[in-house]
Amino acid sequence: MIASLAVALVHIAVVGAGAPLLIGALGTLKARLVGRRGPSPWQPYADFRKLLAKEVVVSTTTSWVFRATPYLLVATSLVTALIVPVATVRPPLAFAGNIILLVYLFMLGTFFLALAGLDAGSAFGGMGSSREVAVAALAEPTVIVAVFALALRADTIDLGRIVERFGSEPHLALNPAHLLAFAAFFIVMLAETGRLPVDNPATHLELTMIHEAMVLEYSGRYLALVEWASAMKLFLFMTLLANLFVPWGLTEPTGPVAVLGGLLALAGKLSVLTLAVAVLETAVAKLRLFRVPELLAGSFALAFLSLMAVFLVR
Amino acid sequence: MNRLVYGVIAAMGIVAAGLGGYGMAGGAGTLRLAWLVPLGGLELTLDPLGGLFLGLIGLAAAPASVYGMGDPDGGGRGRLAYAVFVASMCLVPLAANTMTFLIAWELMSLASYALVLHDRESEESVRAGWIYAVMTHAGLACLLAGMLLLGAEVGSQRFADWRAAAPALAPATRDLAFVLLALGFAGKAGVIPLHVWLPLAHPAAPSHVSALMSGVMIKLGIYGLLRVSLDWLGVGPPWWGATLLVAGAVSSVIGVLYALVEHDLKRLLAFHSIENIGIILLGIGSAALYRVAGLDALARLGLIAALYHTVNHAAFKALLFLGAGAVVHATGTRNMEAMGGLIKRMPWTAGCFLVGSAAIAALPPLNGFVSEWLTFLALFQNTRLDAVGQNLVFTLGIASLALTGGLAMACFVKAFGITFLALPRSDAAAGAHEASPPMRLAMLTLAAACVALGLGPTLVVPVFGSVAAAILKTPPSATGGDWLTLRVAGEFASLSTAAIAVALAASLLVPFAAFWILGAARRTRAYETWGCGRIVQTARMEYTATAFANPFKRVFDFFYRPSKRLDIEFHPESRFFVERIEYENPTRSIFDDWLYRPALELLQAAARAVGALQSGSANQYLAYILVALLLMLVLA
Amino acid sequence: MFRQLRTALRTGIATEPVAAAGEIERVGARLASEVARLFGRSLAIRQVDAGSCNGCELEITGLTGPHYDLERFGLRFVASPRHADCLLVTGPVTRNMAEALRRTWQATPDPKFVVAVGDCGRDGGLFRGSYAVVGGVADVVPVDAVIPGCPPSPAALLAGLLEAIGRPRR
Repeated sequence: MIASLAVALVHIAVVGAGAPLLIGALGTLKARLVGRRGPSPWQPYADFRKLLAKEVVVSTTTSWVFRATPYLLVATSLVTALIVPVATVRPPLAFAGNIILLVYLFMLGTFFLALAGLDAGSAFGGMGSSREVAVAALAEPTVIVAVFALALRADTIDLGRIVERFGSEPHLALNPAHLLAFAAFFIVMLAETGRLPVDNPATHLELTMIHEAMVLEYSGRYLALVEWASAMKLFLFMTLLANLFVPWGLTEPTGPVAVLGGLLALAGKLSVLTLAVAVLETAVAKLRLFRVPELLAGSFALAFLSLMAVFLVR
Repeated sequence: MNRLVYGVIAAMGIVAAGLGGYGMAGGAGTLRLAWLVPLGGLELTLDPLGGLFLGLIGLAAAPASVYGMGDPDGGGRGRLAYAVFVASMCLVPLAANTMTFLIAWELMSLASYALVLHDRESEESVRAGWIYAVMTHAGLACLLAGMLLLGAEVGSQRFADWRAAAPALAPATRDLAFVLLALGFAGKAGVIPLHVWLPLAHPAAPSHVSALMSGVMIKLGIYGLLRVSLDWLGVGPPWWGATLLVAGAVSSVIGVLYALVEHDLKRLLAFHSIENIGIILLGIGSAALYRVAGLDALARLGLIAALYHTVNHAAFKALLFLGAGAVVHATGTRNMEAMGGLIKRMPWTAGCFLVGSAAIAALPPLNGFVSEWLTFLALFQNTRLDAVGQNLVFTLGIASLALTGGLAMACFVKAFGITFLALPRSDAAAGAHEASPPMRLAMLTLAAACVALGLGPTLVVPVFGSVAAAILKTPPSATGGDWLTLRVAGEFASLSTAAIAVALAASLLVPFAAFWILGAARRTRAYETWGCGRIVQTARMEYTATAFANPFKRVFDFFYRPSKRLDIEFHPESRFFVERIEYENPTRSIFDDWLYRPALELLQAAARAVGALQSGSANQYLAYILVALLLMLVLA
Repeated sequence: MFRQLRTALRTGIATEPVAAAGEIERVGARLASEVARLFGRSLAIRQVDAGSCNGCELEITGLTGPHYDLERFGLRFVASPRHADCLLVTGPVTRNMAEALRRTWQATPDPKFVVAVGDCGRDGGLFRGSYAVVGGVADVVPVDAVIPGCPPSPAALLAGLLEAIGRPRR
């Protein structure tokens, strides 16, 4: 009990404190790739700190839904952090519902954020909500089918056990099905977390926004919470990608050394992945909004092919 | 008077629920009144499955009736039809022979037909009633044919005898009986493509009736499908289960796709009923397929998922229809584009509707999530089947369930956001008032049911497990897990919504703790919505439901086949001044265009062709009779 | 894709240190203490065009490029005044934009400050006295600092902004 509580705290601390660094590092890397000096990787911490010191301006049109949403968003991200194998293969809340729970927890956050986008009655917010739920809805089948393809080959849907199985039998991971599922999941990660080529997190043009348009009304501590939650979402998706598809380094939480080893492995994997995302975001342009479904359909096709490969090669 | 009638019906519902609970617990009972009706007499039997549905009807009828007390639409003629409707629904799951079943079934259909027509002035209601009558009687014809066929082959009209004789029947007979009965029941359940009546009929009825029609009446179609696919006809060939699974996959996705572009609040909910029937069918289909393969534990899991979702859907759909009824009553319209801002004017209704929306969108930790989770788990384990064809069918089910989950979430963002949030879009919405106390009580009860069913799967699943075991005739297994965690199929997966709820609640405190430690500013200032400095904000600047659904319309345009019509009226003196713009972007139904219209045209052409025989000449008619007699003699 | 990456890698970092000393007129004493403490490491800027000829905008756009790169100092442009700490207002305030500017200022959460950019922003500049112009930015909302010039160069803008938040340059 004490041990799993400790692991829970480690998970929350790593995800909660690490997420801003991930966003910051991504920003620095992207700046360097276009020849700028760029912001410090620690910039998001300064931003959050400042936002907390500011007042909140709330639209007179809004209801309690708008004010409750930032807290709920953070809560869903934190609970998700207890389901994803971050530091060990035994995440503390793994027993509560696993990968399906994870997908639907993110949907819970999206649901309320989209409602908050509509709450102020601005056309921007509605536009963002509409687009966000469209992307989320179309991305969901890919997540489920890709993870199912993995689960099939590992013979369990427990995320931790999938990691364990692939970690102990590396030849399972060197398989076309694995690579296809990885590609599908990677695309979905970009879509779900609002990265290029689906959404441009740095855009100032309301008409091209998805995620940003929904949060235009937020300010001060509310904005800090919303931004923190979406940073955690990115962190968790990348962790999932890293640990599910490159499962080495994670073990059971036998002691502090094992947990630390898992975290070090994670840091290494995330660095590589962050660099990959930064290069990709530098190299590709944002897709037109109505080309995004084609991308998502493509990712679903990849996931489905991966599943086919499993069934046929079995 | 209103209060008395509805109070009695509510009490009747609670008694029915008690009886149903007794049946689920294993209590059996039979009532025979052979003299009452011909052809086998009236016979009622209580068994676990019948008990489950009886209890469900009772538990849904109680809050719906309480709501009816406060609903101004509930008076007059509708009261008698409503009483008959509830009573006949209670009889259907108890019926033990063909005669009893069909009488109860037809009474239920007729009573609901009368309720659909409660607004006789409106042309729309009349059309809805007409289509409902045609579809429901086409279904009845299928049921009648199937039941008479089975009765003739078995030599008895009692369902218990069918059950005993089923394994010995010829496969062709069983297949034919399955097709006929499944078609009849699927029509009542609103399975695509037999759904056309549902989105017309449900919204036309008063809201407490819509709640029962969507919440429980179509579930009796599910009840029938369960009896047909798992009980009366014994263990069938794999294609029965595969058909149900595919029908479930198609119904779930197409149901939610139609709901997305629907802006009549009650019709949107009706389309979601089709979607949820599809999800239930996914569970039933997987149960049937696992059972054929001899995987009893998995069959039980699929069935538990289906039964759980049946109950859950009754809870949240009844809640949503009651909430929609309160909104329609307060604003005088069912069109979402004329609503908005109701959360400030009807906070109770809004809160309950939000709970229902989150539940139907399968958001944890509410009840819709639990049953969809179980359905996913049932589908995921198709790897135990060693038949690639069946695995593919299951994969289709998994993908469509996932897509359905996402689209349902999107649809309820629209349904709740456009209806309740932001500024009111019409004067009627601006002047809306909160629902009356009985209506609020009914909604609160159902919202509490959604939460309880969500948090208590460890208590609920064993109950469904015993019902499932009784249908599948397997020994009831001890369900794994403890009071906190539900274990499914050994170590394969576990679920604990209570733990999720506690973790979510605890995590809600984290931001407050962070604010306190970091010394966040507490000032909040209210100011108008940011609109790039524009001077006024009106409701016309808000995003509409049509605009909200537009991305989906474009992504799935091969399915919706939308057409565009733009009508601009210019000022007579200058084209630079526009007097009026009318924009329409309607979608078309592929089922109307490709199935029902051709079928109707074929029927009409056939009727015209046969009409040639009808000359009006008595001599010719005598000749027909002669020819018919000769033919019979030759054939005999 | 690869050509672009190769060019970027071969070129290296093109950002130059801030050279010119900031020309900034402080209005009031608020800037030095509170603003420096709060925004020294993070400043979100919302640019408001109150009727500018877009000369200043062209120079402001230069700030985001590799050469001047204002992000290295924790400064960044945001899409909504709700997210902003600083309103960077350009142009003489025209009659049509006066109310919009006032509302933007209201929509920005406290603590906040306003920087008027260019000679027009200072007092209406070339357009002073025109019937279509209300005057400088200070005639509509309280201004905390002015960066003069017609238009001010990106270097001057950057230096002025850094001066305003009391941030040492590097």
